[in-house]
Amino acid sequence: MADISANFLGIKSPNPFWLASAPPTDKKINVLRAYEAGWGGVVWKTLGSQVKNVSSRYSAVDYGGHRVMGFNNIELISDRPLDINLKEITEVVKLFPDRAMIVSLMADNNREAWHELIQKCEDAGAMGFELNFGCPHGMTERGMGAAVGQDPHIAKMVVEWVMEKATIPVITKLTPNVHSVVPTGRAAVEGGTNALSLINTIQSVTGIDLDTLVPNPYVAGKSVFGGYCGPAVKPIALKMLTTIAQDELTSRVPISGIGGISTWKDAVEFMLLGSTTVQVCTAAMKHGFRIVEDMCEGLNNWMDEKGYQTINDFIGKSVEKITHWEDLDINYHHIAKINQDKCIHCGLCYIACEDTSHQSINIAKGNPYNTYTIKEEECVGCNLCKLVCPVDACITMEEHRVAPEYINWKQWQERGLPLNDH
Amino acid sequence: MIQNNRLTTEQYGQNFSDIHPPFETEDAALVEANRCLFCYDAPCTKSCPTGINVPKFIKQITTENIKGSAHTIFSSNIMGAGCSKVCPVEKLCEGACVYNLMDETPIHIAKLQRYSTEIAMEKKWQLFDRKPSTGKKVAIVGAGPAGLSCAHTLSREGIDVTIYEKESKGGGLMTYGIAAYKVTPAFCEDEVNYITSIGGIDIKYNQELGKDITLEELQANYDAVYLAFGVGLARQLEIPGEDLNGVVDAISFIYELRTNNYSALAVGDKVAVIGMGMTAIDAATQAKRLGAKEVTLIYRRTQEEMPCTEHELNIAKLDGCNIIWLATPKEVIGVDARSDDPVGRGKVTQLICETMKLGDPDASGRRSPVPTGETIALDVDMVIKAAGQMPFEDMANINHLENRNGKLTVKEKTATNLKGVFAGGDCVNGGKEVVDAVQSGKDGAKAILNFIF
Repeated sequence: MADISANFLGIKSPNPFWLASAPPTDKKINVLRAYEAGWGGVVWKTLGSQVKNVSSRYSAVDYGGHRVMGFNNIELISDRPLDINLKEITEVVKLFPDRAMIVSLMADNNREAWHELIQKCEDAGAMGFELNFGCPHGMTERGMGAAVGQDPHIAKMVVEWVMEKATIPVITKLTPNVHSVVPTGRAAVEGGTNALSLINTIQSVTGIDLDTLVPNPYVAGKSVFGGYCGPAVKPIALKMLTTIAQDELTSRVPISGIGGISTWKDAVEFMLLGSTTVQVCTAAMKHGFRIVEDMCEGLNNWMDEKGYQTINDFIGKSVEKITHWEDLDINYHHIAKINQDKCIHCGLCYIACEDTSHQSINIAKGNPYNTYTIKEEECVGCNLCKLVCPVDACITMEEHRVAPEYINWKQWQERGLPLNDH
Repeated sequence: MIQNNRLTTEQYGQNFSDIHPPFETEDAALVEANRCLFCYDAPCTKSCPTGINVPKFIKQITTENIKGSAHTIFSSNIMGAGCSKVCPVEKLCEGACVYNLMDETPIHIAKLQRYSTEIAMEKKWQLFDRKPSTGKKVAIVGAGPAGLSCAHTLSREGIDVTIYEKESKGGGLMTYGIAAYKVTPAFCEDEVNYITSIGGIDIKYNQELGKDITLEELQANYDAVYLAFGVGLARQLEIPGEDLNGVVDAISFIYELRTNNYSALAVGDKVAVIGMGMTAIDAATQAKRLGAKEVTLIYRRTQEEMPCTEHELNIAKLDGCNIIWLATPKEVIGVDARSDDPVGRGKVTQLICETMKLGDPDASGRRSPVPTGETIALDVDMVIKAAGQMPFEDMANINHLENRNGKLTVKEKTATNLKGVFAGGDCVNGGKEVVDAVQSGKDGAKAILNFIF
């Protein structure tokens, strides 16, 4: 059995699965249920000034009959009194001392407010902090959340205030509502943050009610941009994570990955791109805390299968595999192959290729089943047919190198090789 | 003993309720619709005689465009609602669904088609516009699927259509010849009304060709005539005892069932049904559901050659019908001849069958049954003949319509030998599915439009 425990700047947890700062971590009752279910840690929902929430708060994007492919919310930070939150944190830590207890913070924009909040939370038993520089709605209008994270100078200043006071590890959470997360990430590291986490939610409109014409979520005839999360944002989160993991400065601190993680496979992908721990919210909100069982078991079985003893054996292993386009090997070429024994003759590969790609699939009309075959000389190896095929491993991509040696775009140009294939 | 009123009202209700119930909820329909892969040049569409764009109408359910979905169905098949209940889909669209090749349950196409079309009918959506009247008139004989389909297509083009129907209701075999648990008489009536609600279609009921009207009159008074009078005469067994009291033909048996209260219908204790087509299955299951104690289907070939689908056979088996393969009726035995008996030969007591074995393939490509010389005797008090239907050969000959054994001969799918007289449906093909008749109605309308304009 592999060891799936995590050690994040000395904060230990039996597994790398934390619940992200969000409604599931707002109260003792939720967090106890999460720990009983097996979660490795939580980031307690953001504490700060007293706020008031609205109703409703959430909306979702469904796709192809599946609910909550994407999810958004317009909830603010914790709307419960600070002293209740602190008291419950103390109680939870006492009951589950082996789990990570990170507290998310968003104080008013002055040094004293931050210092006071930090002191209270450390006294309550917090093991680490996560600075909420990412919340994209509501709090930003008051100059907090993403308003901080979107300005590297302000972010650095606030991190510096925090580092003056904090005696436990500090994680800075980044907003994705920027053209690049790296400048703020760097600013936070320069300000002294011990770690980074990303991504927070993405500003969004999930949809509009076609009867009332009011976008979602609905609040008395109006709506507001909500923070988008869930499976739909995972690819964007992974990209942003990669830029942090590849940056010379930001890569020096550990990362807690966030963004649409629903399964152990998603978690492994975040870890392969540099996350030491991962944070989950939407999947738990959709299915409850029980999802952690398969996350632990799946990770364990995968690690055993691959021969990894600890999570450190594979964290970051895919970071260097994402490169610049101009470094890609132009001589690599693969061609689609349709396994006729597996083909169910749905024609999806054909119509996708014919209408939108490279007209590389032959159709031989039959009644009722047509036969589809690849025109090898036309196929550019784009993968589209394989992606739309509903049968697993029916279409495979077979390697047919143009030439054995590696050659990239820069070398191609330098050698004056022909550019036009057509 | 042959008697009626065998069951309670509740039992009749249960026995004749919908055998393929619809989706109970919109969610249920959506789950199924979302399974559809949206195939290109889809095998289901190609396997539908009317060529319904199945992936499109299912996709339209998933986008909650039910009006569009119903339009897609009705554009190809104006009886799409009825067909969703009576089509043998396992040998048509659902049989071709690519999921079969993945060993997965095929998409429940019929059920989804029923979903969209039922909503359209319930809400009385007018999905088609009739062009302004052209002043051209077409007479149609028979308000069955072929006639209605032809009429609707013509009316859309501004033709004024008059349908002459010998029965008192429209729908043809849909109304009079299909098991009651598939379509109710009320549904058939709604469907006819929905089709004719486009306007420009006048159905004259109780008007029989050769009796109330003549083909010559129609030719004289209309710009074209479309014959869609179907088939109807039950094929005779031509064995001794066929005229005994208790021997009925399946068409009449089902007709009675479709036009009376269930409790009024008399059925025997022990019923033999001859044949293994869809009508035989319908007759057998309906007899059982009317309260017959024992129903036995008798077929001269084996399951390999049977004309009904496996699905239909299973309905009969689940209803508890017995099946005797490789047997052909030789004689019906009767007793108790009474003076008041109209045929004076008494009641059925036994059916004698000769057992068969399979020989060489015949013209249909199926192995033909060969007599063994051995016989078996079945104690029965009712015999239902479902050995096929015969075309109206005399009607064809009297009207000088070229035909082969009564089946009207047509050129380019629709034109008879008489100028301006077209034909389609069962009277041409000898008896196929409703969906085939609908397609021939469309073909007929197209040919008529070409002829007129």
